[in-house]
Amino acid sequence: MLYREAGQFKTDYASDQAIFPILQDRIGLAVILAVAILLPFANNDFLTNAVMIPFMIFTLAAIGLNLLTGYTGLLSLGTGAFMGVGAYACYKLTSIFPNVNILIWVLCSGFFAAAVGTVFGLPSLRIKGFYLAIATLAAQFFLEWCFIRVSWLYNYNISGAIEVPQRTLFGIIVTGPRATAETRYYIVLGFLVLMTWAASNVVHGRIGRSWMAVRDMDIAAELMGIRLLPTKLLAFAVSSFYCGVAGALMVFLWYGGAEPTVFNINQSFTILFMIIIGGLGSLLGAYLGAALIFILPIVLRFAPEVLGLHIHAATVEHITYITTGVLIIFFLIAEPAGLARLWQVGKQKLRVWPFPY
Amino acid sequence: MHMLYMIFIDPFMQMAQAPDLFAQTLWDGLVAGVLYALIALGFVLIFKASGVFNFAQGIMVVFAALTLVGLHDAGLNAFLALALTIGVMFILAFTVERAVLRPLVNQPDIILFMATFGITYVLIGFGEYVFGGDPKVMPTDAFYLPKGAITYHTLGGMVQFQKLDIAAAIVASIMVAGLAVFFSKTRIGRALRAVADSHEAALSVGISLEQIWVIVWFAAGLVALVTGIFWGARSDVSFALEVIALKALPVLILGGFTSVPGAIVGGLIIGLGEKLFEFYWGPLMGGGTDAWFAYVIALVFLLFRPQGLFGEKIIERI
Repeated sequence: MLYREAGQFKTDYASDQAIFPILQDRIGLAVILAVAILLPFANNDFLTNAVMIPFMIFTLAAIGLNLLTGYTGLLSLGTGAFMGVGAYACYKLTSIFPNVNILIWVLCSGFFAAAVGTVFGLPSLRIKGFYLAIATLAAQFFLEWCFIRVSWLYNYNISGAIEVPQRTLFGIIVTGPRATAETRYYIVLGFLVLMTWAASNVVHGRIGRSWMAVRDMDIAAELMGIRLLPTKLLAFAVSSFYCGVAGALMVFLWYGGAEPTVFNINQSFTILFMIIIGGLGSLLGAYLGAALIFILPIVLRFAPEVLGLHIHAATVEHITYITTGVLIIFFLIAEPAGLARLWQVGKQKLRVWPFPY
Repeated sequence: MHMLYMIFIDPFMQMAQAPDLFAQTLWDGLVAGVLYALIALGFVLIFKASGVFNFAQGIMVVFAALTLVGLHDAGLNAFLALALTIGVMFILAFTVERAVLRPLVNQPDIILFMATFGITYVLIGFGEYVFGGDPKVMPTDAFYLPKGAITYHTLGGMVQFQKLDIAAAIVASIMVAGLAVFFSKTRIGRALRAVADSHEAALSVGISLEQIWVIVWFAAGLVALVTGIFWGARSDVSFALEVIALKALPVLILGGFTSVPGAIVGGLIIGLGEKLFEFYWGPLMGGGTDAWFAYVIALVFLLFRPQGLFGEKIIERI
């Protein structure tokens, strides 16, 4: 059929080692990018504002956690807090230096999150598995407490929440209540594409390989000359950087303001769901998982109305809970390696079709 | 200098000056610790026998308490409701084994951990659907739980012991003793320990893993029910109780994931440490420290003893 590599000859190593060696994959990627760029022209504010922007932000956070949990094998439950560090850092930076380009501060806030993440990653040298997960819970609860108690972080607001100020970029309003959904969409898309590209390069290079070696067996990796502490800490730093940027984007380009509860433990769990359902150790998995976990409840919420059923709002919420739970279990049973694996299996089947193998 | 004084000297001065307050804080800490320990006990039971890190233990506590109160509110006799709730917990254990554990046998730990998240979501949705999301009051009279408090006038002041807390401590001790006897003396208990040691070896001597899992989840359900009754009697029965499950995690770290006595001692240490720190040092930091102090204790502890107080020594091989 269409998806087949017959006739595509590789004449040098570079093309043989490309991330997308098959032409059809590259075409598919280009089509997806084109659709993503053209999407705001559909003029559907709900789609851009309430579906796509949060989906992309969650994807970014999921990529961050996947670098840590999926690639390096360090289970973390502090994602929500690291996102919060990014958001609060960005807020403080832009209120202290209001004239600097806000996008620079969004990126810089990632470095603050990275620093905090590195500190809380220190125990990872001695402990691993669920013990480490609980150690990162210390980060989650301590940082959340800081967001509530340290009033300097929210400029001594009485409400205790942060309110995004209006910032412009080349005369276009980027943040604040008056920014259009299209502008924010394109900025988030830009961040997502660039950072996915960067993550892809990192995990395919020397650093990514040392992370995976540590994940597969840390003692063996150490014997092969990989220094564990720098490798693990780098994973924590890069992962927290991604989470921090995602958190800053979440507050500045989606919510427009935030209370500390946004970054609570449930946020961490949501992101963890995404990467496990999507596929540990796969960038595509972050996308698929974020799509499933974030978009599924939206679909469930609107499905009864579309079908013409009138169900009480509370009942819909309960059913959403039950369905999400059942689906999580279902996907884990059907494919424990996640949606990304399903996608790979499907592609392999297509390549050899009509033969079974 | 003043700061150092406030941190290192002043709290101890306060303790010495008002021993009655100190005793009261100690007691409150111990009571909180008993309840943490009960939740941790449910975790340990399941982790020992099936290697599953059961995140759903917290929601099982809520679900058990809600079922009990819901049945009682429906007009059933208290003890009939109790029996029915035990039945519901058995059905839950059976369903979990059939629908979740059996298809996922031999998967990595993190996958099973995620599956218990799925169970949590289903139980939250189901519980709210059936019993509603409003907080409910535990009918303490119907279960002959004691009310009121005993007050002692000692230590230059007075110390209050809630009778309910004393009952909770007694019941918890009986349950732990019962579990210890069950584990070491009965046939099923020995089978449970065999499964905890090695799934394959247990299978090869003819122990049915499926049965053991049902039994152990049922036992965890019973522990959840007892926990739910006492937590519910102290505050209302609501889904807010679910967060206490997170408090049990540092307890597990302190005690080790596989140790029943560890869960108890860990619970007491966490409960005590948290209450004392919040009472004497919390005001320096603006209060609310009990949200994270337990985790910091656990974190510091982990740096020195990664396997927990009573955990088995971790041996790594290539």
